[in-house]
Order: sequence, then C-alpha cells, then structure tokens
Amino acid sequence: MAQNVPQDLKYSLDHEWLRPEGDEVVVGITAFAQDQLGEVVYVELPEVGTELRAGEPFGVVESTKAVSELFAPVSGEVVARNDELVDAPEKVNQDPYGAAWMIRVKPSNPSEIDALLDPAAYQQLIENQ
Amino acid sequence: MSLRRTPLFEAHRRAGAKLVEFAGWEMPLHYGSLLEEHEAVRTAAGLFDVSHMGQIVFEGPGALEACNRLISNDLARIADGQALYSGILNERGGFVDDVICYRFSPEKVVVVVNAANRQKDFEWMVAHGAKVRDASDDWALLALQGPKAQGLLQPHTPAALGDLRFFRFVETEVGGKPAIVARTGYTGEDGFEIFCRPEDAEALWELLLESGARPCGLGARDSLRLEAALCLYGNEISDDRTPYEAGLGWVVKLDKADFVGKAALEEQKARGVERKLVGFTLEDRGIPRSGYRVLSGGEPVGVVTSGTMSPTLKIPIGLAYVPTALSAEGSTFEVEIRNKAVPARVVKLPFYKRS
Repeated sequence: MAQNVPQDLKYSLDHEWLRPEGDEVVVGITAFAQDQLGEVVYVELPEVGTELRAGEPFGVVESTKAVSELFAPVSGEVVARNDELVDAPEKVNQDPYGAAWMIRVKPSNPSEIDALLDPAAYQQLIENQ
Repeated sequence: MSLRRTPLFEAHRRAGAKLVEFAGWEMPLHYGSLLEEHEAVRTAAGLFDVSHMGQIVFEGPGALEACNRLISNDLARIADGQALYSGILNERGGFVDDVICYRFSPEKVVVVVNAANRQKDFEWMVAHGAKVRDASDDWALLALQGPKAQGLLQPHTPAALGDLRFFRFVETEVGGKPAIVARTGYTGEDGFEIFCRPEDAEALWELLLESGARPCGLGARDSLRLEAALCLYGNEISDDRTPYEAGLGWVVKLDKADFVGKAALEEQKARGVERKLVGFTLEDRGIPRSGYRVLSGGEPVGVVTSGTMSPTLKIPIGLAYVPTALSAEGSTFEVEIRNKAVPARVVKLPFYKRS
C-alpha cells in the first residue's frame, strides 16, 4: 500500500517521524504506522520535563486491536506534548503528520538526528514490510 | 494446514475486508472501520458472517433427553421453536463450551457451537454416548443485528417477524430460499440469526447489504458482545471456569435430571465460589486488556479476561475474575497496566443495555 512519506521529515526504524524546528524537534508517528495500527482509541504521552533517551519507550498508542509503544527517536527533554490527542486520539489516523504531532523535544545530542532515516530510506523500509 | 473459508469469502474480499485467522478460519476482522461497524449495529443494522460456527444435530427418538444430559440448562422447560443458551460442562463443572440449543421437536435439537470447539464438542458428545451428526458444513449462518434489523429483513421473508419473540425461531424462507430465522444474537441489540444453505449464502448476504445492512467483522462482534457483557469462550469461560464463577448460574438447572458436571456444581454451590467474574471500569486513563493482572493491596488477586475502550460509552471497560470479597458492585481494586496500578471499580452488568 502506498503511504505518504513527507520529504521534509526524518524517520526512525520504529515508524516515528521527526521534524526539526529551530533547536527543537517535533515527533509523531507515520501514516504507515497508523495504518498498521488501525483505529487509534488511546494515546499516552510523557509529562513535560521528562528526559527521553533515544530508542527507549516514551508513550503508548492503543488501537481497537493492539497496544503499541512509542520510541524516542532522539534523546532530550520533553518541552511540550499534544494534549488534544487525549480527547481525540482518532486524529492520529486522520492527520498523523499534522494535528497528531505528539511531543516537542529539546535534543541533548543533535547528532542523533543525522543518524535517522531520510525519506527515501524510510520509503524503502515500509515497502519491504 | 490451510485456513478454512466460509461460502462468503469472496464476498468479504469484494467488500474490502481485512481478513485474519480465527479458530482455523480466514474471517473478516473489519471492512475498514471497526468503530463505524460497531455504531452501525447500535444505531441501524449490521451483518456478520458467522458461518464458521458449528451445528451439531441430535435427531431421533430420545434426542431431547440425550442432549439434555450433556447441557446444564433444561430443554424440557422450553417449547418447540425456542432456543436455549446453555453450558456443556465437564465433570468438574467447567465449560467444554457455551452453546445455543434449538429445539425443533423432542426428536430434533440442533446445537450451535463455537468454531474453535466444534471438533472437541463433537468428540465430547460421542464419548458421552450421544448419537450426533456434525451438520456444520450443511449451513451458512448470517447474523443481522441492530434496531433496524427487523424492518430491513421483513420485506424478504413471509415470516411475521413482529410475532417472533426473543430466542424463538421459525423455519421459513428469506429471499425465496429456505432459511431458519432466529431472534438471537451476540451484540446486545435486537436482531436475527439466519441459517441458510451454503449455496444461498452469497445471494442472501448481498440482498441484505443492498437493503441497507453494513458488513461487520469479528472486531465489532467482540466489542459489541463485551459492552453487552456476553461471555466469550477462551476469555471469560473455559475448561476450568464454572457457570457460577462466570455469573451464568441461570444456565444451571440443578433440579433437572442428571447431567455432566451436576455433582461438581452442587458441591460448588453449597460451598460458595472463591472467585467471580465482574465488570469494571477504570477510574484513571488506560485500557484494560485480556491477561492484565488485577491487584489488591499491591498483590495480584485476579486477571482481566476482556477489555476495551467502549465505542458506545467512550470509557474503558473490562471483565475480570476477582476474589468473591471484591466482586460486589462498587468494590475497588487496581488493574496493572504497563507496571502501573490503575484504580478500577466494579460496575453493574451489562455495561450497555439497549433502551
């Protein structure tokens, strides 16, 4: 199935996307990820101030059929989270790259961003799944 | 081993079903949106293919008595043309299966069994001396469920559906084809289950969809039955859970003649049950899931058997086995969700009751 992979984002192997904005990054899950999950009915995100470590779980998304952990694409401090997803988790399905952004992080090690997948590499990853 | 397919497999594919393995069958999980299918059943009409369920026939002189010896409920208390929910129990009083028995006459009873248990039930019956026939492949089975089910079905059948009461059935025609229409279901809504010949199933399926029913998969079937607090074999009930523990004491008739499991149930009834199935909701955010532990005072005391975010009520709901002391309405305990103890409260069942 063809899935939207925006060209201005970086991607993790766990299907999170990351958008650099100044010295912060915005994180969400990809269109491919939400499609695999099915209808999202619950989102759990970390408190502002939480220190994330790259590759470690930072939250949970639950669909009607499955529970999936969210993994931090980079290390750093959570400076904002999208509380609207608590009441409207379906936004993850409707607008995964926009209204369903999940957290904003101030990276502690910006070189981790460079290690993430570019859109072409991510496209290849999902085509092989 | 390849998965079995119902006569409606191609129709499901055409309708865009997401197909999954279930009890050895390749069945629709949903047709795009579980939540919309769930809502269609609560507000209009949904159509399920449940042809994977089995039909085992007791036929001939003494059929009713033979079946009655293997079930916990009592076929002698209902009339011909009535259906009866029951347990088939083992000697310990645990569930071999939960079934619906259709009493055609004292000489013909058809038992509808869970797909996963079809072989086991058949062998169990034979091992206990019953002469039975597995007629599962003779039938397709559709479930038309929802407040608009009657209005949608009536134009296609001569049967007077308005006179067909809950858990009654009639041998009739639907769409000009022979069918048995029963006012039964597994959703907590009004509705019908329609038995037809496998070769007629696709035409009937299409007819009901054209009439306005929405195709629904096993995903919605599960969330609907859970809101209605109907037990699912393998979750709430199993070989080591008894009707008394599962809150299904009403399917046990201890005053009828002997049946398999009776002695164990008499003993359990006298002694009282140590654990009970309860419905609960969470008092904090989260979704309970099957297998999560129930905690009390920090100690594991029970287990969640089913749980979901209720599509109708928009709250987390679950069923769990807990110690009898924690089973009264209003009792509190915790459910362990990802190493966090989330407070829960016992509520009255069913979670959802149609108005």
